[in-house]
Formats: sequence, structure tokens, C-alpha cells
Amino acid sequence: MIRTLFSSRSRKVYDFHGGIHPPERKALSNGTAIVPGPMPAQLILPLNMHIGAPAKPLVEPGERVLKGQMIAEPSGAVSAAIHAPTSGTVSAIGPRAIQHPSGMDAICIVIDTDGKDEWIEHAGVADYTERSPGELVDTIRHSGIAGMGGAGFPTSIKVNLGDHQRVEELVINAVECEPYITADDRLMRERADEIIAGINILQYLLNPRRTLIGIEDNKPEAISIIKRACKGCDIDVRVVPTKYPSGGEKQLIQLLTGKEVKSGQLPAQVGVVCQNVGTAYAIKRAVIDGEPLLSRVTTLTGEGVSQPGNMEVLLGTPVRDLLLHGGVDPDNIGRLVMGGPMMGFTLHNPAVPVVKTTNCIIAATLEELPEPPPEQPCIRCGSCADVCPANLLPQQLYWHAKNDDLEKAQHHNLMDCIECGACAYVCPSHIPLVQYYRYAKAEVRQQAAEQVKADKARQRFEARQARIEAEKAEKEARRQARLEANRKKKVETSAPSVDTVALKQASLEASKAYKAAVKAAKAAEAEGAANINELKAEVDRLKAEADKAKAAVRDAKDAGPAAAPTEDRVGNLKKQVGEASTAYKAAVKAAKAAEENGDDNAADLRAKADELKASADKLKAELRDAKASAPATTAAAPQADPMADLKKQVGDASSAYKAAVKAAKEAEENGADNAAELRSQADELKAKADQLKADLRDAKANAPATPTPAPAAAPADPLAELKKKVGEVSSAYKAAVKAAKEADENGADNAAELRAEADRLKAEADHWKAELREAKASAPAPATPKTPPAPTDTPKAPETEAPQALKAVDPEVAAKRQKRLKALKTAYNMAHKQYKEAHAALERGERNGDIPAEELNAMERKVDKLKGKADVARDALDALVEEAKADIRAHTGKDLKTLKLEAARAESALADKQRELEQQRDNASEVNLEALSSELQALEAEAQIARMALKQAVEEQGLQD
Amino acid sequence: MALISSTSPHTTVSNNTGAFMRQVIYATLPGLAVLTWQFGWGTVINVLWAVVVALVSEALILKARGRPVAFYLKDYSAVLTAVLLALALPPTSPWWLTLIGVGFAIIVAKQLYGGLGMNPFNPAMVGYVLLLISFPVAMTQWIAPGEAPSLAQSWQLFTGQLPVDGLSGATPLDTFRTWAGNDSELASHGILDGQFAGLGWEWVNLAFLLGGLYLISRKIITWHIPAGFLGGLALPALIAWLINPVRFSDPVFQIFSGGAMLGAFFIATDPVSAATSRSGRLIYAALIGVLIWVIRSFGGYPDAVAFSVLLLNLCAPFIDYYTQPRTYGHNKANRGTNSAKQGGGS
Repeated sequence: MIRTLFSSRSRKVYDFHGGIHPPERKALSNGTAIVPGPMPAQLILPLNMHIGAPAKPLVEPGERVLKGQMIAEPSGAVSAAIHAPTSGTVSAIGPRAIQHPSGMDAICIVIDTDGKDEWIEHAGVADYTERSPGELVDTIRHSGIAGMGGAGFPTSIKVNLGDHQRVEELVINAVECEPYITADDRLMRERADEIIAGINILQYLLNPRRTLIGIEDNKPEAISIIKRACKGCDIDVRVVPTKYPSGGEKQLIQLLTGKEVKSGQLPAQVGVVCQNVGTAYAIKRAVIDGEPLLSRVTTLTGEGVSQPGNMEVLLGTPVRDLLLHGGVDPDNIGRLVMGGPMMGFTLHNPAVPVVKTTNCIIAATLEELPEPPPEQPCIRCGSCADVCPANLLPQQLYWHAKNDDLEKAQHHNLMDCIECGACAYVCPSHIPLVQYYRYAKAEVRQQAAEQVKADKARQRFEARQARIEAEKAEKEARRQARLEANRKKKVETSAPSVDTVALKQASLEASKAYKAAVKAAKAAEAEGAANINELKAEVDRLKAEADKAKAAVRDAKDAGPAAAPTEDRVGNLKKQVGEASTAYKAAVKAAKAAEENGDDNAADLRAKADELKASADKLKAELRDAKASAPATTAAAPQADPMADLKKQVGDASSAYKAAVKAAKEAEENGADNAAELRSQADELKAKADQLKADLRDAKANAPATPTPAPAAAPADPLAELKKKVGEVSSAYKAAVKAAKEADENGADNAAELRAEADRLKAEADHWKAELREAKASAPAPATPKTPPAPTDTPKAPETEAPQALKAVDPEVAAKRQKRLKALKTAYNMAHKQYKEAHAALERGERNGDIPAEELNAMERKVDKLKGKADVARDALDALVEEAKADIRAHTGKDLKTLKLEAARAESALADKQRELEQQRDNASEVNLEALSSELQALEAEAQIARMALKQAVEEQGLQD
Repeated sequence: MALISSTSPHTTVSNNTGAFMRQVIYATLPGLAVLTWQFGWGTVINVLWAVVVALVSEALILKARGRPVAFYLKDYSAVLTAVLLALALPPTSPWWLTLIGVGFAIIVAKQLYGGLGMNPFNPAMVGYVLLLISFPVAMTQWIAPGEAPSLAQSWQLFTGQLPVDGLSGATPLDTFRTWAGNDSELASHGILDGQFAGLGWEWVNLAFLLGGLYLISRKIITWHIPAGFLGGLALPALIAWLINPVRFSDPVFQIFSGGAMLGAFFIATDPVSAATSRSGRLIYAALIGVLIWVIRSFGGYPDAVAFSVLLLNLCAPFIDYYTQPRTYGHNKANRGTNSAKQGGGS
């Protein structure tokens, strides 16, 4: 042994702190071969024989099962399957006493055995290297293998570490350091080849750099047999000195590799995987023989047993049957221990079944394991500290645990205690130290859990407050916006001045809500709140809301000046252009800075800058338009001479046309979006100019015929001029008719002549009337100074644009979008409804407090999920609506709001005009009436067009709601 | 038969605290024997009387505290306290001195603090210091080595029938302290000139050393406290002696004089009032040693084991906070208290 220990540096066995040498008592049971265990009448298979989630039963009571049939499947990542250890009938699935120190009941599958031991069809894999590691892991998982050393951690997880984790050492734990137990010892002596085959499978799965088997030097037979079996394998057998607890995972790793597993970490994190030798055997049976884990080798020992030894026991065998089989006199035993004497637990009910982790049953006499002596005061002798393998100060831990000073106990690394019992073993005062540590650890865990619960409750409360506040703010913002829209509508018809104030207010409130939500989210994030995503979504939503409100304010601002006089508009536009380009420049600068800093939002900023540029360009183009059209409208005012006036108009119109053509060309060259628009505008201007030219021609032609009245007046406006002319001509006609009548009556001879003159005058009057109508029709809006809001004096005449643009909408796309919109709306409504219901249920639950915490948490999660769903649906819906709006904008050059506004304006202008007509009907002159009615007609047409445009746009995009 | 239900581990050492204490008591026997050989039966009488006083006062106070008397008497802690205190008392001390000292040690220094395991100060040393301060004359009268009184004389001393003056003489520590720096006077005092240290006392200390080594071999104590204690005492003594051998005594004389070995192996090792981690114990004991040398060399008392132990008892919890071992899986050991708000309590 000494040679083994020191033969070479690489074979060095390290040491760990502390440790004890309790009487081994292994000779009681290690002298005889493993024998088959009893076949009990009933097998009791707990659903949680392993660490992790209990398995899920696959069978029903009354169902016949065959040996090896899976009767419960793993229910989660950390779980293991359970198989019928023999054939029989499932007689019950219900609570039975299980392997737990408290003797508690848990759900078990009870099988009444039939003694036939009838196998289900099964087959192994002759050459496992033909299978992928994944398949083998699956086989192991479905064979129900869990750590056989005592912990019962599902093996499939430990052998499936993923590619990122390099396994340096595979450590096979064959130490079996607890007194009494000899199961692994016998297994190694009798089934070494199968163990090595299992280790080979583990090597194949984990591909470790080294494989080390650690065996205590008190098992010389097992050592020599395993060494023989390992010949030619890449397996290193290391003999470790007998010392408890060298079989502890962390201690063995330290012994064989010198590595320490960091506190709170797993061995895999230092590149080590540790497997029990019994587990390796089970893996071999599962993979090569196709036999799931049905039995295990269990040591039945103690002085109360007449024939101590090792048995291959079917899982689920009640301890009582085992004791009977081993010849135990129930009256002769004082203590029944499942597991070893150091870490096992006492059974008070021998009906408890043997499970995957049951390596030993000790039926001890009272003399052998007597009642623990009464606890004496701790004298801080320090024996415990000397033996602690974790190098703790157990005496201090005890002191703090006893005083419930958990903080100090944790400061002394209470949670690093492995509960090996070495301290309690050596304590001269017989203080059950491990019990104190278990208690303190449970307290710490409970406190932590309660802290988490309290934190969660607080977060839930805060989130709820934030949500309620945000909803309130949102509601308020919406209300304000609605109010504003109503007021704006009213204002549109009277005086467009105050609407922005309220909108600003709404925007302010929205951004306030947004900021509050941001703050709440940050606070929640700082505390690591679970519902942070929900809060973030809320924040995003509020931000969108705030942005919307801001946009509304901007729109209002844009729309405001549009209603103002033209010169104001030009000035305004200039200002806006200036503002827009400043904003654009600032945005470019910010984007550049962000790019230099490598900020995440650089792309965002860049996109924003582009957007701003586009809007600046648009504004510039608009300004150009406005400038181009402004002279056409303003210059039309004071004219001395209708001819000169017309001439000037023609000149202005054609220059405007030329300017428009130029702008359009420029736009086309730059590839601007509004090129088509400009082009159509240019066309329009050209038509206007042509018409004016024709008018001028007419006027020239008519001028000699009516020489007198023309120069007399100095009308302010061509229409008034025309009107006046009409009035003059018609009064001349009337006078002529009167004169002709008089002449007729008087029998004057010039009567016929006069009548001819009257006829000519009537024709002339008719002509001028037509002229007037036409003039009104062609330039009705700019020429009507009587309607103060003059909504139609925007440079772009809507009647020419909207219908034209609407033609461009692709009906197929629109239809598709309409469909999607509808579907999304339904989805959103459903999600929102579900969310509301779940939320109400949660609040009810919270209020009543009659629902367990886990359920509440589940409900909360559900609410979060539903809210997320609803948010997603709403976001998608919003996005689609935005898209549709953008489409309308692209197609009509206006967004939906503008269209709506225009329609409303047209309607109200129409209504005003109608009222005016009604009022003037009685006392106005015929001419006035006629002018008014023609105006009314024009307005009606305009309103009709605006209505149609709006309707069409809305219908196209399916935005009725 | 009802099965025992208990938590793991299900087996423990057959040892118990009483056995622990008894081992310590046994280990004092060589020292007691030498003391008797050198100074007569006074110490034996003192020890027996002290044990009686301790058991009675322990029983009374346990009864008053409502604790099971027999159970606690069996832990032998009161007996050990009595033995250690009696070993430290002069063999000339009368019965009432022992009574006061032991009674105070058990009732006040131990039980009023909560009994075994709860006392912050070493009870024997508390009793000793009480006596030293209250009855300085009686506490500093030792018999000259080699002039051991008879059993009858010792009994008379114990009962107070015989005045001490005729028998008493200065101890080597006392003598050196009186004549330190005076070479000729030091040379003229034979008591300083034993086989390797002070006359008579060298054997007493050697006997306690043997007893102490027995305790270490039985793993009742670890080497840390005696080694720290003796090292802390010898090292400054060595340095000072090398500098001025007339003014300072040599280190061997230091560790084989007075209560050095008794203190190193039996007093300072009291686990209840000592520091608890290994490195903590080294520090704790070394500081006791240094303090003893300082008080012996510059203080007003010829010996200083009791004062030094009590002063370091005060420091033990503090030392414990800063000497936690590095726990498995941790990069470094925790140091100090875990939080400021908890600094005071424990």
C-alpha cells in the first residue's frame, strides 16, 4: 500500500482536513457472497426515490405489469424513471411510509407480485460505441438510474454536461467509508468486469482526461480484483487510507486530484465528475443488457441479524421482508438504520421500502448502538474542529445555531457543512451537533425562502401600484386627447388657436406616466424583480403613448399654421424648415457620437436622423410650394384693370407653373418621394395658367364690346370685377329691356333696334355670368375671402390629389392587411380579456389569502404571460395600424389625421356657407345669391371629395375602428 | 422493543466530558507528587479540601439554579477547577483561604455565568487572583525548597494553629526579582542555582511538563497552547537575557519557574475560556507567555500566570473572530465579524 501511495508523483494521494476512524464493523457482512433478496408479496415503489421531481405514474391500479416495464416516467429535467422490479399487478397508487427520517408518507406505486418474474421484452446494445452519447444518455435516463452511493442524483444529468464542459477527471467512488457497509466491496469482488464495462461507458460519454477509482485500503481483495480487471484499461486505481469521510464526494475529489470544489458549486465546475461504483454497474446493465434499474445490492447487517451479508434486493422490497429474510428477531433490535451509522437515518416503521439509494440496513442491538447519552455542555474542546473535513469550527457553529444567530452561523460557513457527523462522533459532551446544523440550515433556507417570498410580494405590490398608476395616467392622457380632439374640431370651425395647449397637457401627462414607469422599472430591476419584463413592456407602451401624444401636438402645430393666412404659413414653414434642419443636424451629431462610442442605439439614432432629414426635405418642398403658390393667391388682390389683372394672373400662374415644374424636376432628380405630387401640382398650375390665358383672350375679345364700364371701376378682385360686370351688363340689359318695352308701347320705331340691343346685352350678361361661374369654379378657394378660416386655401387642392392618390393603393395588399388587422384585433381582444380575468382572479386571491403561495406565484406568472401576450398583440396591432397609416400617407401624401381634418374642414365650411346662404336669401341681391350658391356648390363638391378620400383610405386599410 | 429514533450519527466515541476532565486531573498527579516532596503535605491537604469545597458549592449552586446536581457533578469540571487552584496555592495556606478561593471560583466565576462551558474566565484563576489581591501576604508565603514540613506541621498550618513565618522562604522568582541587576547578590542565593533552573521548582515544573505531555499524547489537549505559551515566554526572555543576563533571567529559568508549566499545560489549555481555532490558540497562548515575561520582569508581582491568562481570556472571542480557518471550497478564511451592527453581540 505504501508503494501504491508513493510510487509516483502522478499517483499521489492527497489528504483532506480532519476525518475520524470509527470502528469499521465491515467484517460482519463482507465475508459472504451477494445472495438474491426475497421476493416479497408486495413491492412499494416511491415516486421520489431520487433527488429531483417525483416520477409520473404511467400505470393504473389493477394494471398488470411485467418485470422491467416502465411504471413511472421522469417528470422534468432532474427526475428518474421507475420500472416494475418484477411482474405483478398494480394494486394501489397512494401514500405509504417512505425512506425519510421523519417517517413521512408519500405517493408510491404498490405492486402485488405474482412470483412469475416475467420479463418485458428488452434488449441491450452489444457495442455501445455505435450509439451516440445522446442516445446512451437517453437510455440511462429511461433506465431510471440515480446515484447509488446514497444521494440519488439522476445519473443522466451528471453524464450529460454539454460540450462546453471539459471533464478532466472521472472519479469512481469505491471508497465505501461508512462503517458496516460492504455492498460496494462485495460488488467489486464479484462483478468487477461489469463495473469496468460501466466505467468504460462513462468514459465514452464524458471523455475524461483521466479516470480514477478511489478505494479505501481496508478492502484489499476488492483492490486486487479491480486492479486485475483494469489491466489494459485507461483506469487508474488509487488506494486511499481508511478515514471517514473519504467517500464524501468532495473529500474523494480532494484525495485523488487535490482539487477543491468551490463552495456552492458542483464538481463539474472544476472538471470532475464523480460516480459511484454501483452506478457504473447499473449503467452497464442498462446499456449492455438493456435492463433498467430494478434492484440493488444492499448490506443487511448489525448484531441483530443472524446471517448478515449482502443481498441483491428488488427495489420496493419492504425492510420488514428483508429483516425476515435475514433472520432478524424484531425483539432483539434496538435501532434500525437505513444507510450507514454515520449518515443514515433511523426507521421507526419497517414497512418502509428499499429504494435506489438504500445501500445498507443496520439492525443493531441496543448494546451495539445504544441510546445516545445525555447532552452535556460544550466545553469548546475543539475536537470537532480537528475532525471536520470541511475545516469548519463546529463548536462555533453549534454556539450560533443554538442561539439562533443564523447570521453568525452563516459567517462561519454553516452552509458548507456536509453533515458527515464526524464532529458529533467525537464530541465528548455527546452533543447532536449535526442536528443543530440541520436545524440551522433549514432555518436559513426557510428564511431565504421567506425573504424571496416577501420580496416577491413587495415587487408584486409595487408593480401593481405602478400598473394602476400607469393605467390611470394612460386613461387620463387618452381622455385629454379625446377632449382635445373634440375641442379642436370645434375650434377648427371657429378659431384655430387653443387646441395645442390641451394636447401639450396630454403629452406632458403621458410622458410623466412614462417616466414614472421607467423609474418603477429601474427600481424593480435593481431588486431583480421577476416581473421586470412586464414592467419594461409597460414602459415601452407608455413611451409609445407619450410619443403619440407628442406627435399629436406636433400635428396640431403643423395644422395650426395651415389655417392661418398664407404669408404666415410661409413664414411658419420657413421656421419649421429651420427647426427641422436643426433637429436633423443635432440628430446626425448624436448618431455620430453614438457610433463613435459604439452605443447600441447608434443605428436607431441614425434612422431617426434619416427620418428627420426626410421631414426637413418635405418641409422644404412644402415651403417651395407655398412660396410658389403664395404669389398666385396674394397677388390676385388689388388690380386696377381686369385685363391687366388677368395678364398679371396669367404671368404669375405661368411663373408658378414653371417654378413647380422646376421643383418637380429637382425632386425627380433627387429621387424625392413627393416628385409625383409636385409634378401633378405643376400640371394643375399649368391648367390654371392655361385657363387664365383663355380668360385673358376672352376678356380681350370682349373688351371692345363693353368699353364704358370697364375702366370706371377699380375692383379689388377679378371675381368682384366679373360680378360687377355681370351686374352692370344685366342692369344694362334690364334697362335695355325696359327701354324696348317703352318703345314698343310708344310705338317708337327704334323698338326693334332696342330689342336687339337688349338681346345682345342679355347674351353678354349670360356670358359674364358663365364667366363668373367658371372663374369661381377654377379658383374658388383662393378667391373667397368671406370665409375666415379659409380651410381650402392650402396650396394643394385636395380634390385633385386624394382621388388620384387613392388609385395607387394596391387593393390586394390592403385586403390582406385588412384581414390581418381583423385577426389581430380579435387576438388582442381575447388576450386582453384573458389577462383581465386572470388579473382579477390573482387580485382576488391576494386579497383573500386563501390560496397557497405556489399557486399564487403560478397565477402571477400566468397573468404576466397573458399580459405579455396582450401587449404583443396590441403592439402588433399598433404596428399594423401604423403601417396602414403610413401607407395612406404614402399614397395620399397625407396621414389619416390630415385626411380626417380636411374632411371635417370641408364639411364645416359647407355648413357655414349654407348658413350664410340661408341668412342672405331674403335680403341679398340676386348676384350675391348666385355667387353664394355657386360657392356652396363648389364647397359641396370639395366636401364630397374629402369625404370620399377619407372613406376610401379608411376602407382600403381596414381602419374603421 | 421500541426502536430508537435519533439523528445521525448513530455511533459516537465512548468518551465523555467527565472522562476528559479526569484525564486532566490524573495528569496533575506528577506535579502534585513533586510539590509534596519539595514542600510537604500542605498541597495534598489543600487539594483534598478544595475538592470538597468545590463539590459542595457546585451542588449548592446547581440546586439553587434548579439543575440536576448529580448529572453536572459527574462532569468533574468542579473537581478539576479545585485541583488546579489548590495546586497554585501556597502549601502553607490555611483552610479559609482555599474555601474562599474555591467557593468564589465555582459559584461566581463559573456558575453565575451559566455553568460549565459558559464562563468567559478561567474559574481557578479568578479564584486565585481574588485571593492574591485580597490576601497578598498569605498568598506569597512559600516554604523554602527541601525544608518540607511534616504532615503534622502541614495540618497545623492548614488549621491555622501554626504560624507560617518560621517555615516560609522566598521562591526563586521572588529572589531573582528582588536582586535583579545585582550580580553578586544573585550569585549568593543558592535557590537560584538548581540543576538547570531554580532550586526545587525546576522539579515541580518538570513534573507538570510530563503530565502535560501525557495530555497531548492522549489527545486531551493539542500542542498549540503549551507551545505558544512557552515560546511566548521563552523568546523575549532569551532576547533580553542575551542583551543583559544580569538584569534578566535566562529562558530556561523562566519556563521552569513558578507556575509556568502548570499554566502552559493545565491552566491556559482550559478550552472553555481559551481561543478555539488552532491558530487562534497559538496566538492566544503566545500572548499569555509574553505577558507573563513582561509582568515577571517589570511588574509588581513575582509571577503572573493568573493575570496573563485572565487578560487573554478577555481577548479570546476577539482572536476567534480573526482566526477562523479557511473552510473547504473557500478561497480565503472569513475574518472578523460579519457585520458592524453585530460587532458587540455573540
